[in-house]
Amino acid sequence: MSEFVRNIRLWFTPERVRDEGGTPDYRFSLANERTFLAWLRTALALIGGGFAVDQFLPDLRWAWRVGLALALLAAGVLCSLRAVNHWVRCERAMRRGEDLPASRFPALLSLVVAVVAVAMVVVVLVGWEG
Amino acid sequence: MSTGAAGAERDPGLQPERTRLAWRRTTLSATVAAVLAVKSALHGRGPAAGIVACAVCGALWLGFLGVAQHRIRTLTAGPRPPALAPRHATAAALCAVALAVCAAVLVV
Repeated sequence: MSEFVRNIRLWFTPERVRDEGGTPDYRFSLANERTFLAWLRTALALIGGGFAVDQFLPDLRWAWRVGLALALLAAGVLCSLRAVNHWVRCERAMRRGEDLPASRFPALLSLVVAVVAVAMVVVVLVGWEG
Repeated sequence: MSTGAAGAERDPGLQPERTRLAWRRTTLSATVAAVLAVKSALHGRGPAAGIVACAVCGALWLGFLGVAQHRIRTLTAGPRPPALAPRHATAAALCAVALAVCAAVLVV
């Protein structure tokens, strides 16, 4: 957990990231930045999905609609926070010449998306007009 | 663009251009999310609450646009662009988080 808090401090202080190790080839930094942006797009798509569930499934029971929307929104929040965190960790690992950090997050996110998708199919088929 | 000496230094992988387009794509995603947010805010709310929610979502969208424009200008300024500042990465991600919080308030 303290590792995470230290990472959060790095989110706001470019000098501290720059202090460590050497500057990597700028192309690697740009590739890391694009990966960060791709994760941010995923987060924005999840947030848009949350809005869409709320807006375009108005006949659903309130609890299902709000539950699904909040699940998607929470996934979006986690995804965007994790995007920054992973970006900082990768940037630091590249400066120190270490291996890039491994992550369980992609597997976790795909499981959550799969569960939400199955729930949505079930809700749309069964819970209509609840 | 420029040729000759500057052209010789140009990265054949077009990394700055790809990064610039990635920022554009992300801005487009943010626009879609913000438009859905505004639609949701104007739908079935009192006029005052709707206007406040619209203003907040618009401000968040403008904030993201500002970060993206700043970064794009930095990317295109020279042949060897500096790395993204953590401040800006955090700002972009926090815009997304704030939009999600806004959405949660609107949905419940």
